[in-house]
Amino acid sequence: AEPAVPQDMSPDEDVQRLLIQFRDEAGESLGSPFDVPVTITPDKLQLVCNALLQKDEPVPLAFFVHDAEIVVSLDKTLAGQSVETEKVLDIIYQPQAVFRVRAVTRCTSSLEGHTEAVISVAFSPTGKYLASGSGDTTVRFWDLSTETPQFTAKGHRHWVLSIAWSPDGKKLASGCKNSQIFLWDPATGSQIGRVLAGHSKWITWLCWEPLHINPECRYLASASKDGSIRIWDTLMGRCDKILTSHTQSVTCVKWGGDGLLYSSSQDRTIKVWRSQDGVLCRTLQGHAHWVNTMALSTDYVLRTGAFEPAEATINPQDMSGSLVQLKERAQQRYDQVRGPEPERLVSGSDDFTLFLWRPAEDKKPLERMTGHQALINQVLFSPDTRIIASASFDKSIKLWDGRTGKYLTSLRGHVSAVYQIAWSADSRLLVSGSSDSTLKVWDAKTKKLAIDLPGHADEVYATDWSPDGQRVASGGKDKCLRM
Amino acid sequence: SIKMHEKRNTKQKNEEKTPKGAVPAYLLDREGQSRAKVLSNMIKQKRKEKAGKWEVPVPKVRAQGETEVLKVIRTGKRKKKAWKRMVTKVCFVGDGFTRKPPKYERFIRPMGLRFKKAHVTHPELKATFCLPILGVKKNPSSPLYTTLGVITKGTVIEVNVSELGLVTQGGKVIWGKYAQVTNNPENDGCINAVLLV
Repeated sequence: AEPAVPQDMSPDEDVQRLLIQFRDEAGESLGSPFDVPVTITPDKLQLVCNALLQKDEPVPLAFFVHDAEIVVSLDKTLAGQSVETEKVLDIIYQPQAVFRVRAVTRCTSSLEGHTEAVISVAFSPTGKYLASGSGDTTVRFWDLSTETPQFTAKGHRHWVLSIAWSPDGKKLASGCKNSQIFLWDPATGSQIGRVLAGHSKWITWLCWEPLHINPECRYLASASKDGSIRIWDTLMGRCDKILTSHTQSVTCVKWGGDGLLYSSSQDRTIKVWRSQDGVLCRTLQGHAHWVNTMALSTDYVLRTGAFEPAEATINPQDMSGSLVQLKERAQQRYDQVRGPEPERLVSGSDDFTLFLWRPAEDKKPLERMTGHQALINQVLFSPDTRIIASASFDKSIKLWDGRTGKYLTSLRGHVSAVYQIAWSADSRLLVSGSSDSTLKVWDAKTKKLAIDLPGHADEVYATDWSPDGQRVASGGKDKCLRM
Repeated sequence: SIKMHEKRNTKQKNEEKTPKGAVPAYLLDREGQSRAKVLSNMIKQKRKEKAGKWEVPVPKVRAQGETEVLKVIRTGKRKKKAWKRMVTKVCFVGDGFTRKPPKYERFIRPMGLRFKKAHVTHPELKATFCLPILGVKKNPSSPLYTTLGVITKGTVIEVNVSELGLVTQGGKVIWGKYAQVTNNPENDGCINAVLLV
């Protein structure tokens, strides 16, 4: 049994003591201020805080004082700062994910099968299935337990540019360069319904309606180079709405959890639409060049739907429960991640900067994040929405604070453009794939390189981390998929 | 067979052949640069910077002689004195410009030929903006025209680009950039320029 904290502190009577007050991220205080020695370590702080929180199970916590994390002990963190012993010091505590994802260390298999470069890779929301789209016009489904090919879905007539899983994991939508969209069933590998055709130029992005809005996963939004966004009814197999307002190619479309649809385009604007009736609400301007990519703070939870990564088992299972149950669970998870504030949106552009917006409220950006020296290819919020990672063609990945947009650190190590990144489900690890044919796993806590994953023969075009945290899949120009 | 022989000369539509070089969606609108080209480009750029040579969209321009740009104005009781000149091309005078006393001014810049704004095209975005001019940087015909502020084809001018919202790496907002004039403003009545990125 651990000794109670006050007993531990009594022997150090000649050490300087400080008054501290615990506060949570929103600023509310926990308990009353009390006296601790300056040499206190994070473990002891954790015991005290858990006792104050009065939870059933102790939750791992991280402690921050004046935005610097307490790693070894309080006095080491305060060494560089002047501290007034008269005033009460605020220590902010952040609950960490209860489960830990272990870093992927090696390549378990290299899956051949595609006859052309692999352009997109995606795990299903539960992590049970893996799908990959390629330049040889096929979409392949892979069996994860044996790591062998399962189905080959033929039907497209040009490169499969983007794929998207429905949040319940029962359907996969794939868009190709001939502007057609196909729907596939992962259990049999066959096509569901009719081909969705209607765009005039290639499809750049696909996004499903979130589970907590509609548990049947009926509507799908597609963005295309012709500047329009179409909302398709997958049950009836026809186009429901067409949203036209952009003057140039739409690069990304995201379906938010609050009934809003966000679209970014090469005409330097981001437009916010109401998903109910397709009316344009707002236009966010500010970028000086093409807007390449967008990320929502609730992205990860919208993608996984009702699946909770903490409950993952070694053998991934399909989601069980009736539609109503699934909807409730998804809604709960969404509300938890989102918190009391509206969703935040971060956009990365060819003008080397990122903007942080609160699109539901304001037309003006919260913060402009500069520092990159080449165009930004992808931005992602960490699953707990605390960190934003941006991958750029200047060979670096920059980490920013998820709430304020302040710059945290740069992760350097790649020798050429970084194409895609993926977070692990507990937000501790980040994997990045680059055109120098390597993948690197970074630790978000120490902000350093954890593991290097060489092995691809040519550029790595797509990376994804499974939501149950067990595997990372990457595909590239060398036509093989590595796990 | 005869049919195959006939097909030999005619071109058939390439059926079901998807082109090679599949690229993800984010790379589609970009031209890839081979690595060797990038290195040689970097070296060439360094050499040019050292030599002081700059690449401009309109490199060679017809030099304008004095008789073309400046018109002789005769003054005096008997209109014999011919030391005054009037500029016949479009010019830019700054914000705080006040004429010298008319008896002493040698170069007259008529108000009708003074312009404050230019139509500047961004070469990559292919969009044109009407931006205020900040000053004339260099007129290729003569340094005299640069000091007078005469704008002819090929002149490098500085324009106020705060409208575009460009930002440096350090986070500072860029508000002035160079642009090169691409038309003959005295013939068209407007100044068209291309931004030097």
